[in-house]
Amino acid sequence: MKTIRIEAKTFDVNAEIAAITQGMRKVGAVVTFTGHVRGDDDLMSLTLEHYPGMTEREIARCIDEAEKRWPLLGATIIHRIGTIVPGDPIVLVAVASTHRKDAFAACEFLMDYLKTRAPFWKEEQRGGAARWVESRASDEERAKRWE
Amino acid sequence: MTLLYFAWVRQKIGRSEETLALPEGVTTVGQLAAWLAARGAGYAEAFADPKRLRAAVNQDHVAFDARVSPDDEVAFFPPVTGG
Repeated sequence: MKTIRIEAKTFDVNAEIAAITQGMRKVGAVVTFTGHVRGDDDLMSLTLEHYPGMTEREIARCIDEAEKRWPLLGATIIHRIGTIVPGDPIVLVAVASTHRKDAFAACEFLMDYLKTRAPFWKEEQRGGAARWVESRASDEERAKRWE
Repeated sequence: MTLLYFAWVRQKIGRSEETLALPEGVTTVGQLAAWLAARGAGYAEAFADPKRLRAAVNQDHVAFDARVSPDDEVAFFPPVTGG
């Protein structure tokens, strides 16, 4: 089961775990990663923009790639858009599998791929000024480990 | 063709979307970027350094040597920063 949602509202991690495991007797492991907006320095908020249509397609391709590499029983990716304040969750990756090894690996893979492929852009608001966040070479390096 | 712009590319150009006929002599994403750069001040600024830009054709990430066709949806944007 593949669930992809791009939405402004926040998400409930427990509800997503329940959804990914419901009726799935073979699930032995669910690994979730929740990314939160880090409140560096004087960061007031982040605003997320994305490319509707391509975002969903790109995330689906990431999950398809993960399914080729590990025996997954379900994957859920939720990414928030709009304005989000420090401390609040911004992204959820949840992966269900029979064994934890596969679930851990697939969750990390999905997060690394999402970071470098899904068309989202963050703008930071600090004081009265707004600035687009620059991509980081370290994220590219992390994604390349899986090639 | 449909052109889409995101993040600071959108802001510099001053619009998020436009429709235009494939310019004569343009066959690749890179040539399209160069053609757009000559369209006005905002475009010139947005396309000043193509190395800072990424592109998608019909919602697939592509390199700047990818081909473009008259009915394509072509998007230009900075490297992605989600997650």
